[in-house]
Amino acid sequence: MLKIKNLSKTYKTGDTALSDVTLEINKGQLVGLIGPSGAGKSTLIRCINRLVEPTSGEVWLGDVDLAQLGRSELRHQRRRIGMIFQEYALVERLTVMENVLSGRLGYVPFWRSWLRRFEAEDIRRAYELLDRVGLLQHADKRADALSGGQRQRVGIARALMQTPDLLLVDEPTASLDPKTSRQIMRLLTEICAERGLPAIVNIHDVPLAQSFMERLVGLRAGTVVFDGPPTDLSEDALTEIYGAEDWNTMRPGDDDESEGPLDVERAAEVMA
Amino acid sequence: MTQTLPREWAHRAPAQRAILWLGWFALVALFVWCWQIMSQDTIWAFVWDAPDQALDIGGRMMPPKWGYLPQLMKPLWDTLNIATLGTIGGVIIAIPVAFLAARNTTPSTTFLRPIALFIIVTSRSINSLIWALLLVAIIGPGLLAGILAIALRSIGFVGKLLYEAIEETDARQIEAITATGAGPAQVLTYGIVPQILPAFWSISVFRWDINIRESAILGLVGAGGLGLKMNASLAILAWDQVVVILLLILATVVLSEWVSAQVRKAII
Amino acid sequence: MSSYPGTWRRPPQIVSDKRVRLALQLGVLLYLVLALGSVEVNWQRVSEGLERGQRFVMGFLQPDFSSRWKDISQGLIESLTMTLTSTVVGVLVSIPFGIGASRNIVPRQVYVFCRAVIAISRSLQELIVAIFLVAMFGFGPFAGFLTLSFATIGFIGKLLADEIEEIDEAQVEAIRSTGASWLQMLNYAIQPQIMPRLIGLSLYRLDINFRESAVIGIVGAGGIGATLNTAIDRYEYDSAGAILLIIIAIVMVAEYSSSYLRKFLQ
Repeated sequence: MLKIKNLSKTYKTGDTALSDVTLEINKGQLVGLIGPSGAGKSTLIRCINRLVEPTSGEVWLGDVDLAQLGRSELRHQRRRIGMIFQEYALVERLTVMENVLSGRLGYVPFWRSWLRRFEAEDIRRAYELLDRVGLLQHADKRADALSGGQRQRVGIARALMQTPDLLLVDEPTASLDPKTSRQIMRLLTEICAERGLPAIVNIHDVPLAQSFMERLVGLRAGTVVFDGPPTDLSEDALTEIYGAEDWNTMRPGDDDESEGPLDVERAAEVMA
Repeated sequence: MTQTLPREWAHRAPAQRAILWLGWFALVALFVWCWQIMSQDTIWAFVWDAPDQALDIGGRMMPPKWGYLPQLMKPLWDTLNIATLGTIGGVIIAIPVAFLAARNTTPSTTFLRPIALFIIVTSRSINSLIWALLLVAIIGPGLLAGILAIALRSIGFVGKLLYEAIEETDARQIEAITATGAGPAQVLTYGIVPQILPAFWSISVFRWDINIRESAILGLVGAGGLGLKMNASLAILAWDQVVVILLLILATVVLSEWVSAQVRKAII
Repeated sequence: MSSYPGTWRRPPQIVSDKRVRLALQLGVLLYLVLALGSVEVNWQRVSEGLERGQRFVMGFLQPDFSSRWKDISQGLIESLTMTLTSTVVGVLVSIPFGIGASRNIVPRQVYVFCRAVIAISRSLQELIVAIFLVAMFGFGPFAGFLTLSFATIGFIGKLLADEIEEIDEAQVEAIRSTGASWLQMLNYAIQPQIMPRLIGLSLYRLDINFRESAVIGIVGAGGIGATLNTAIDRYEYDSAGAILLIIIAIVMVAEYSSSYLRKFLQ
């Protein structure tokens, strides 16, 4: 389904986020991506739908190499990839319904999206998805009126609205409490199972990853250092991923890198 | 840990204090020097005469000629129109300029962004009265010159605040819309516009409020509105009419400030 | 299976009553029609003016600094000296007014008086004040200096008072509890808290005063505005262009250096 070959990314600042990553993900497979802050998890999933441009390598989704596409072709292919974000990334001032419908933006012409005149079929599907994530009665509320868990459900509905072939999930539970986190993870796994949808989930919470994912990939300093079922994740493997000294203390500076590529690039612009 | 304590306590380190004193001294010297240059042509007899002049003018203002008020209604309507239409015009031009000037939306940082920034700076540094002066000379006196002057001045104000608002938008929301496969126009309308809409309305209303004040005096250079009447009254030294005009301007300004505060409260 | 509705309308965000919304929209439309209708445009005059407009744009692109340089430099010197002196005097006078207009540290009568002075200064346009002061003090930069000083009082006074009203009360209490007098309290508890802000505001006002100094010359209060007015009256658009470019350049320099200075001082 998804084949990543020799993928590398070096930022303009000279930081190497990924070096020579090769991965293959099959249909319906749930893959958890674990690793310390700054290991390149966020960069890896953003290189797949090219929110971050990879420096070199191939990303095959089905029989298309995403890394080679031009602007409009890329937009076309992005519709096949649903993305769910850390801290939800909903458009806060739009209604829940508009946020869900924004998953169709790649399919409808500009005037339809501008006038909010989506096709009846899309609207029916949006209601259906809102019902599936349990938010049917919140459709007309503004996104910023919802709680964290509810917002992430809207994020899931938006991604599914794209009728994707692949889900990219970036730290879905980073800003949620433990109970809500488990609910969201359960919803996510159920939905993937219902639709046979493969997903790559960035997750820093190892126990959560172990209990919900069927396969774990450990990333350290931009390279894959572990790949296997959760049951294989031994103490040694964890040390391999996170490093011995990282168990108790975090190195300063790691946080900055985990913020993601947008900020790195912006920082570069400010300094220039 | 045993340190010899300084004998005297001082607020600042000596070098720092010296720089500070030098700075203040330079400021005072500069002030005195400027004062001398500025006042060398001043005719002090006029200055000493000023209190008498003030009393004289004050005396002529009383009692205000309230009968003049009805004649001011048309100019007042003109003044409101200059401010409102000028604001609308300025805002319409400011929107594309702001998008060209914002780092995260400009299509080219090397060419278009500097041009947009230059438009903003030019518009901001030139007061609407100077714009009016130019426009009256170019297209003749009247409301149109006033409206254009207000519009030209508003571009910079609205443009600057709006492009700052655009740059402060949450990048993650924009990223999320991009990830759905939306085109650039859709990213703009779904990712950016909802985020800046409240700022946009509050900036526009704020500028409208300022423009009411400014349009009241544009007539002094011939651009229509209450200022025209003021100019005419000043020319014939009819201070009792001037005071009526001033009070009317004051009332309008207070009212527009209230309206703008209410509207902004409703938006936020 | 698909029993979900196939239509969805975005609910109105601000005015929820349909009739009120319609009335508002009609009102705005009516106003626009009336307002646009009241603008009488002499198109013939405008088309004649286009040629002049072209000359002005050319003048702006090819400014003539030299032929009127004496007038320009004289006007600039007046404007700059006026700006500096009026800012210094205005700030000095506005400090007591700003303190007096802070509800938390002065008696009520003082507060009302100072707020009234500030309100008058803020609501009177610089140009109107200039007209009066020119009538009283005669033409020239002295009237301009007084105008800008007066306007500065309202600006700095208001912002300073707002700042003082928002200071940390705990620090004031702590100093008061040591038995300090009112002046000592000002010096120890309030001054350190507001000093950076005061310097920032003064620099900002310096910038504004320069811009305004270019305007009040139109009514005879000296400065570069008077020169500009003369140039436009004589249809010397290349000189006018030069003056405008100088104003823009000075405003830009002032803006950048004052923001730099503010950063440096904080």
